[in-house]
Amino acid sequence: MMSTPDPQADPTPADDGMSWVVDDPDTYTELREPRSPNRLVIEPNQWHQLSRKYLTLQLLTHGVILALIIVAGLVVTFVAHVPGIWIPFAAVALLSLWGILILPRQVRGYGYQLRQDDLVFRRGILWQRVVAVPYGRMQLIDITHGPLDRGFGIAQLKFVTAAATSGVTIPGLSQATAESLRDHLIMVAESRRTGL
Amino acid sequence: MSQPAAAGRSALSDGEWHRLHPLTPLLRGGLVLVVVIGVIIANLRDRLVQLFLPTFVPQIDPDEYAFEYEGDPIDWVVENNLVLLAGLVLVVVLVLVVGGFYLSWRFHTFRITRDEVEVRSGILFRTHRRAKLDRVQGVNLTRPMVARLLGTAKLEVVGAGADGNVKLEYLSTTNAERVRADILRLASGRSLDAQPAGDGLAGAAALSAAVSQAVTGLIAGEDVGEVEPASVVRIPVGRLLLSHLLSPITVLLLGAITAVIVGAVLGTPWLLFGLLPVIIAFGAFWLSSVFKGLRYSIAPTRNGIRITYGLFTTITEIIPPGRIHAIEIRQSILWRPAGWWTIKINRITGKSLSEGAQDQFTTVLPVGTRADVERVMGLLMPEMAAEEWPALFEQGVLGPQDGDPFTNTPRRARIFALLSWKRNGFAVHTSALLLRRGVVWRTLSMFPFARMQSIALHQGPFDRMLRVADVQVHTVLGPISGRLSTVNRDAALELFAEVERQAALASAADHSHRWAAGVADTDDAEGASLAEEPHPAAGHAPGYTPGYTPGHTPEQH
Repeated sequence: MMSTPDPQADPTPADDGMSWVVDDPDTYTELREPRSPNRLVIEPNQWHQLSRKYLTLQLLTHGVILALIIVAGLVVTFVAHVPGIWIPFAAVALLSLWGILILPRQVRGYGYQLRQDDLVFRRGILWQRVVAVPYGRMQLIDITHGPLDRGFGIAQLKFVTAAATSGVTIPGLSQATAESLRDHLIMVAESRRTGL
Repeated sequence: MSQPAAAGRSALSDGEWHRLHPLTPLLRGGLVLVVVIGVIIANLRDRLVQLFLPTFVPQIDPDEYAFEYEGDPIDWVVENNLVLLAGLVLVVVLVLVVGGFYLSWRFHTFRITRDEVEVRSGILFRTHRRAKLDRVQGVNLTRPMVARLLGTAKLEVVGAGADGNVKLEYLSTTNAERVRADILRLASGRSLDAQPAGDGLAGAAALSAAVSQAVTGLIAGEDVGEVEPASVVRIPVGRLLLSHLLSPITVLLLGAITAVIVGAVLGTPWLLFGLLPVIIAFGAFWLSSVFKGLRYSIAPTRNGIRITYGLFTTITEIIPPGRIHAIEIRQSILWRPAGWWTIKINRITGKSLSEGAQDQFTTVLPVGTRADVERVMGLLMPEMAAEEWPALFEQGVLGPQDGDPFTNTPRRARIFALLSWKRNGFAVHTSALLLRRGVVWRTLSMFPFARMQSIALHQGPFDRMLRVADVQVHTVLGPISGRLSTVNRDAALELFAEVERQAALASAADHSHRWAAGVADTDDAEGASLAEEPHPAAGHAPGYTPGYTPGHTPEQH
């Protein structure tokens, strides 16, 4: 739909929504999608992706949690001599391990596109979700980074609209990318600002 | 009051700071005072009677009743010669209370400028709250019973944020009407200069006027100082009562009663007592919602749709054009034989979440026939031509029928919507996305492109196997959900692109935040009925043509 140029929607080439580029060498370059031809494909199918550091960070935090579960399970098993008490711990640990195993796939499933008039965000492989938000609907942009995120130079960018359900939250951008994306989005939104 | 109150601008909206109605402290804090006085009087009743009407009280032999009077503080005061001190304390307390009320009234000021409504209040902790006029989502005027008797009203400017409302409580009814008209006029992008100044009553003059108005209001029993624009819908009392009887809640209650009676008969009679509070609670809820609907009216005005509710506490709200984010026509299966419908909307109410559930202005038509629905929809969606409605009603609300313009759930995926798959579908109108859903609860939802926030597609593994996807339109929080499940995958993708394009176009062309800016400034007293004149359209897509854009043809199998 974006291929048809519309003079009304794009008065000046300067506020072209697509004129932004990521300059982060750590960004993934290949999106993981479901293999089925029935999957949702959004044109143009060129996605910006998350930073590789995000995967490292996620693996680290999930690994620590898994280690804690295992340690707690071992302690309880050897202290309390109750037969079978290790079973719930093992179940939780297995779930956590499964989570860690699919993490690399999951992280590659995130993507966002800057189109002429809107931001498109996708996530999920088994359960796919795609959202498109017109730039003019932006109310504010939140960038958050916790202490661990800062150590890895990672930030999370949230695009807030008047609808609580829009849910465009891009995790795992490098801090520089997040800030330049925020500035770009604010600039583009300013030229398309409308009522609520 | 006989003369139209809304003629002329209010003296209160001249951009200077003004105070509220002098009776405000009484109305706001008055209840507490009345309760306190009531408690005191109740406790001293015998004593007062004895004091003023000694002949009615049998003489009490002090010795006989010494026990009873032992702990009485008044006796104690008299006995210890502390009358003077007690009187002094009483006077000081009274002065403090009255002074506090007076000061809080003095410090509570408001100002209406070209761009904002501002309210300052508080003596020690000052608060300053302002609402930008181009973000005003509505203005409502509430008249609780007591305030109505005193000729006053509460004005609330609905802002865009959560808990972002600015309240002017209380103003005299005349002033409130005028201030509302002025606020809407300024918000619409016009100026007040052309308006002749009305004889706005400010300050102490309002007090004497209030009394005479109250008397008039009591005698006439009518709304004071209000030109009622003719309502386009009238709900007969019988229909209102019956529609409440035929609600799912009533059915649930009947079920519960049956269950309890069966239980009681089978051996536990105590169950019957548990029923009592349920019936009382239900009755209270039932009565309050019936009372709310009794004075319902909806009418077009120059500055938007005017909705009135409430028998004892009358609430009138004006929703300017372009403030409605979603509309839904809905019918439960119980109402189907009667052919009744209800209409709800999503809008920003400016209330915090806890209050939000109580907002009655999400229901714009409590119960109405098909003709009522078409009239109300004409007000809510002026973009849609009147002659389109019969067809849309047949297909979208009652449908599907031959020549169905809606794209439905494909037959192969009917397992996901066993009952409703033939109805479940969408259509793209030039100004809105239409979603048709439900068989038991038949609904038709409309999402104007100019207000749409975003759109999402969801697809799980089973959806993928059947080549379908779910569509979700995001709007502001409200009773209407924008989720349409199980749509043909290709149609969903096409819709995704089309809706995005339409939303971008519509929001670029939308100027409803200043809905009348640049419109020729004619004589338009707020409240004048303008049924024959269309609203300044909210968010026309350029190149508007009535009718459907050719939808996607349902897949054949």
